[in-house]
This record gives sequence, C-alpha cells and structure tokens, in this order.
Amino acid sequence: MLKPLAPALDLIGVTFAYGTRQALKEVSLRIEPGETVILLGPNGAGKTTLFSIVCGLFSPTAGFVGVAGLDLGRQRTEALAALGIVFQQQTLDLDLSVRQNLSYYCRLRGIPKAEAARRITTELERLKMAERIDERVRDLNGGHRRRVEIARAMLDRPRILLLDEPTVGLDIPTRRELIAYLHTRGVEDGTAVLWATHLIDEVAEADRVVVLHKGRIAASGTPQRLCEETGAAGLDQAFAKLTAQGPPPKEQPA
Amino acid sequence: MSAAHYLGAFAGIARRELLRFVKQRERFLSALVRPLVWLVVFAAGFRAALGLSITAPYQTYIQYQVYIVPGLIGMIQLFNGMQSSLSMVYDQEMGSMRVLLTAPLPRWYLLLSKLTAGVAVSMLQVYVFVVVAMLFGIDIPPRGLLWMLPALIPTGLMLGALGMLLASAIRQLENFAGVMNFVIFPLFFLSTALYPVWKMREANTLLARICDWNPFSHAVELIRFALYGQFNLLAFAVVAGTGLVFFLGAVWSFDPARRFRAGRTA
Repeated sequence: MLKPLAPALDLIGVTFAYGTRQALKEVSLRIEPGETVILLGPNGAGKTTLFSIVCGLFSPTAGFVGVAGLDLGRQRTEALAALGIVFQQQTLDLDLSVRQNLSYYCRLRGIPKAEAARRITTELERLKMAERIDERVRDLNGGHRRRVEIARAMLDRPRILLLDEPTVGLDIPTRRELIAYLHTRGVEDGTAVLWATHLIDEVAEADRVVVLHKGRIAASGTPQRLCEETGAAGLDQAFAKLTAQGPPPKEQPA
Repeated sequence: MSAAHYLGAFAGIARRELLRFVKQRERFLSALVRPLVWLVVFAAGFRAALGLSITAPYQTYIQYQVYIVPGLIGMIQLFNGMQSSLSMVYDQEMGSMRVLLTAPLPRWYLLLSKLTAGVAVSMLQVYVFVVVAMLFGIDIPPRGLLWMLPALIPTGLMLGALGMLLASAIRQLENFAGVMNFVIFPLFFLSTALYPVWKMREANTLLARICDWNPFSHAVELIRFALYGQFNLLAFAVVAGTGLVFFLGAVWSFDPARRFRAGRTA
C-alpha cells in the first residue's frame, strides 16, 4: 500500500560502482510530497546513474531506496507504480501514433481502457497536444515528442515524477514553456518532482537545489541559501564554486 | 497488481509487436521471400544431388521440397527470434526497453509477454509461408496446418528465448553481424532442416553428432512430426528444456544488478 504521508522519495546512503569506478558515493536525499528538487550536476556527475537506480533499472551496491514509503528493493512492482519517468533519451515508438504509444503505456500500468482514454485526452490537452493524437511520432518535432513523453509520465498519476534532463536538445521557447509547465504541475497535483539538469535556468526560486558532484551530494538548499553559503552573487557562481569548474551554460543554443 | 493488469499488459505488448510488424512491410516480405527462395530455387538444385530414403514420419518416398518445409518453418521462427532480438538491442539503444522494464509488473512476466508476442508474430509468418508453399504445389497435408499449431508454440518460444538471451549479451547494434555468422548459420546448417542426419553421417560422423545435439534440429523435427499428426516426445523434451534454460538465462541477465557497464546505461 502507498503511504500518503511518507516521503515521495527517500534515499539513504545509496552507493553504486561500474566495476571499479565509483559512480555514486553514499547519496542520501529525501523528497516530500509536492516538493520540487532540482538535481544539479555537471555531465558525468552521476545523475543518470541515480535515476537508473530510482527507477529500478540498476540495483545499488549499498544503501536504501524508498519510493512513497515502499522499499524499492523488496516491493519493486508496487514502488514502480508510484513513479512517472521522463528519460533523457527519447523512448517513444516512432512508427506508432501518439495514441498508440500512450495506450501501450496505460496497458503496462494497468489503467482500465475507458479511464485510459479519458486521461490521455486530459494530459494531451494540458500540453496542447490533443489535436496531434493520431499523428505518427516520427512526424512530430523534438519538442512535441518530449511533450508526449511528459504527458505519458503523468498518465498513471505518479507520486513522484522523475525528469532526466527533460529539455536537452529543445529550442529556447519550447524549453521555457516546458519548464514553466513542469513547475506548475508539481504544485497543482502535489506530485513530487526530481529533476536532473545541468542548466541553471531551469531552477525556480522555491525549488530545492541539490548539487551532485563526482557522485556525492556537494550541497543542498534553496538557490538563495546556496548563494549565501558559498558567498556567491548568483546560483551559477555558487554552482561553479561547488563543482570547482567553469559556470554551467545558462541556456542551450537553439 | 490484478489479473486484469497482467492480461492487459500482455495485450498491450502483443498489440505493440503486431503493430510494429505490420508497419515494417519489408520485414514481412523478407520473412516470406527468404524461405520461398530456398524452397523454389535451392531445393530444385539440391533435389538432383540428394536421394532421400523413407524416414519417419514419412511413409513413402517424398520430394525434397516436402522434406525441407519443416526446416524452412523453423528458419522463419529462427529469424523471427533473431529479429526480435535485434529490435530489443535497438530498443535498448533507443530507450523503449526502459519503458517496458520500469512497468510495475515482475520482470520475468514482462519478458515472457514480449517473448509470447514475438511467437504470435512468427506464427503469422509461418502460416502465410505454408499457404504460399501449398499454392506452389508442395504436398503438405492440409490437416497438418492444424496439427503443427501446438508445435509452433514451444519452438517459437525456444528460438525467441535464444534471441532474448543474445539481446542481453549484445549491447550494440554493430555487433549483430557476428550473431548471424556464429549463431544463425551454424544452427541452421548443422541441423536436420536441409538434410536428414543419416545423410550427414555418411559424410562426417562428428557433424552428424552435432546435428543430433543441435536444439534447432529438435525444433525442426517437432514441427516435421506434427505436420503428419505425430508427436515426437524427444524433440519436445529438448525444445522445452533448452527453451526454459534460454528464458531463465535471459531473465537472469536482465536483472538490474547485472545490467551496468562503464559509461552507458541499459
């Protein structure tokens, strides 16, 4: 059973190694329901590895992963049911239509047919994609494909939404739109959000920022607090100090 | 996780496999043309060189074309298993395998569903091929069409599970050509698909022994006997046993604890 008041995500001492290379070292992180946490880290910091562990694709070498009060190691299927995931790579079937892709997902998730049809329409409408429902994914541009994936992740009403660099490769207006959308979605539904990125401008004032560097959590707090702690003028400077390298890009080139 | 969820997920996976198959017309055509070329061109030349004596399950002298039909049915299923394996490697690279593996159902069930859906696709190909072969005048007992149905399920599962096991071992599409050389060709040529074992034994006893041990031979024999309304227990036992081993191996290798590699994610 899902526990409504349990933390949406609870990581305790999560460690992972690829052979001899340590990718994550004792990462502990707790995310409350409705909270948005930005996992900020340079490329190679371990963000994708952490995501693969949270969604059960990798098993941690040590540590505990709790999703909505469930132990991912022992109650894998129940814990997975509480997750909505947008992977960094695109994961849609290009030759199938938007509707076919989303129906397939609903089937995997055990959402009854009529309910699935209703939710698909609602989620697509929210992302202004309803009229594209019967188009082949191959015919959609990158921004629209990403919207479909975000809609898909929300279909099963997840307790926590995992976003792994969701705006990579998109043009600036699309990025802005999706960033704003994802921030409001978390607030409206009480869905917790764990959002991995290396782009500073995806952070909103109220978000908690967790800086991941070389597999460890280097800092955690609101943008303001991180600036205070590091004595930096802005989040980009604070991030640069924490990861001891040049400031991250603000926006991707279109 | 209710029974409806399990069944619905299977239906969803099967529907996706079928849709993808239907949308790839070239795949369907090549699946059909490949065995037909063997049947029409290769068999015609080979017939002259090869004399067949009466062996079970045949009760009389048969044409060479009739002999190789079960082998070509096996070939369709073998290629389909490899094709599914190829598409799984592609899915891993493209990421859609993650969508499947993060579904809230046991991993073995998800893999079994994918496997079974692949078998359904292979059976579709087999039936189209057999009907076309009959139109070409190949003498296949019409009732055999029905009898072979239960045989095609274990053979398809076994060959699909082999493909799945390979997919877990091959992480990149570029490595797939090696599979053709080292898996498909030996499995096919060192089997009873094209020539009976006794014929092979005349040429080389070691190769004949390999033919005897090759699980693909047993898949072909299971289909061959079924076409004539007979059940080959040994063939069934080998097919079921190796199929189970391949499948357990595939589930084991898709275990998250084993699915990592430096710098890449599964």
